[in-house]
Amino acid sequence: MAAEEQSEGLQFHPMEQFTLEPLFGDGPIHWYTPTNATLWMGIAILVIVLLLVIGTRRRAIVPNRTQSIGELAYGFIYTMVEDVAGKEGVKYFPYIMTLFMFIVTANFLGLIPLSFSTTSHIAVTVVMALLVFVTVTLIGFFKHGIGFLKLFWVSSAPLALRPVLAVIELISYFVRPVSHSIRLAGNVMAGHAVIEVFATFGAILAIAPLSLIGIVAMFGMDVLVAFVQAYVFTILTCVYLKDALHPAH
Amino acid sequence: MATSTSEAAAEAGHAAEKAGMPQLDFATFPNQIFWLLVTLVVIYFILSRFALPRIASVLAERQGTITGDLAMAEELKQKALEAEEAYNRALAEARAEAQKIVAENKARMQTELDAAIAKADAEIAAKLAESEAAIAEIRKGAVKAVKQVATETAKEVVKVLGFKPDPKLITKAVTERLKGRAQ
Repeated sequence: MAAEEQSEGLQFHPMEQFTLEPLFGDGPIHWYTPTNATLWMGIAILVIVLLLVIGTRRRAIVPNRTQSIGELAYGFIYTMVEDVAGKEGVKYFPYIMTLFMFIVTANFLGLIPLSFSTTSHIAVTVVMALLVFVTVTLIGFFKHGIGFLKLFWVSSAPLALRPVLAVIELISYFVRPVSHSIRLAGNVMAGHAVIEVFATFGAILAIAPLSLIGIVAMFGMDVLVAFVQAYVFTILTCVYLKDALHPAH
Repeated sequence: MATSTSEAAAEAGHAAEKAGMPQLDFATFPNQIFWLLVTLVVIYFILSRFALPRIASVLAERQGTITGDLAMAEELKQKALEAEEAYNRALAEARAEAQKIVAENKARMQTELDAAIAKADAEIAAKLAESEAAIAEIRKGAVKAVKQVATETAKEVVKVLGFKPDPKLITKAVTERLKGRAQ
């Protein structure tokens, strides 16, 4: 057996960390089974409550640190919605804030060693992207009726080109949720997987220091990615919302 | 041997299955989607019910406090300016008042002084006249005394020389002499 392990060499399992497991027992995963994903989503809710509800309970005119962070997050997303989607978009601010807070919290929680990254799963990000896509499309049709289709009719282009452009615009519109979701899950997953690969190389003594440096560097990168991807997901949501509110080019 | 190989193969297969992407394990999708929707609904409820209105009110309150404080500062500044103006005005008034009083006093003192000087002048003149009169009297008295002394002396001299003094003659002589001297 020992010889066999030797011959197999290093065992890379970079994706094992993303496996869903039931929290209690070892049974199959039904739709209602509490899993590690459930646990870390719950922790994300707790963190959001701590930051935005418990942290602001004193309603201080001069805020403490926690309240400051909560207010910064609020101001950050509020200005983003107002700047990108316009005054009408402010109505949808709580939805966008919900998405941002969940993604940014889940991303940072996923950086805790041995935790579980809920946002690294396509199932999660696709649902969020589809929610945005369907909502935004419905808003567009409710607000402008058939006029929403002007979004695909580039009136500033020459008439002959417009049908071609309309096809391209239509395809790009339907690709939106795909890129929207895969971007987030892919970034989070790749970062965690690379850290895992570096960590596996740490088993070889000669390159262990190098692997340690690699882990530290990747972790720093991932901290950046955790915030940037949440930001990107949110601002894209705002952009799509803007398209629905003001479809004319 | 064969069993161990097959076991190893099974293990390897299991490992390969584990090494695949758990993200593409569609069996777990309903579970994740269900819990994600629960999470999002809970977060949305918490944010829209508690967190966001509270933060909005805190921010608005802070904005109000800042605006109020700035307005109050502006008002206080205006008040300070007004107070300074009033102070300067009062100072100028007081200065003018003081100058008026000084001028009045000066004028009054001048008139009093003038009156006193005039009175003193008059008194001096009166005293002078009195003194002159007294001097004249004294002089007159002195001349008389000199005349008397001279007459007496002349009488004695004449008596010593052995003559009988003639008072009329002597008086006449003394008067004549004195007349010449007195000039």
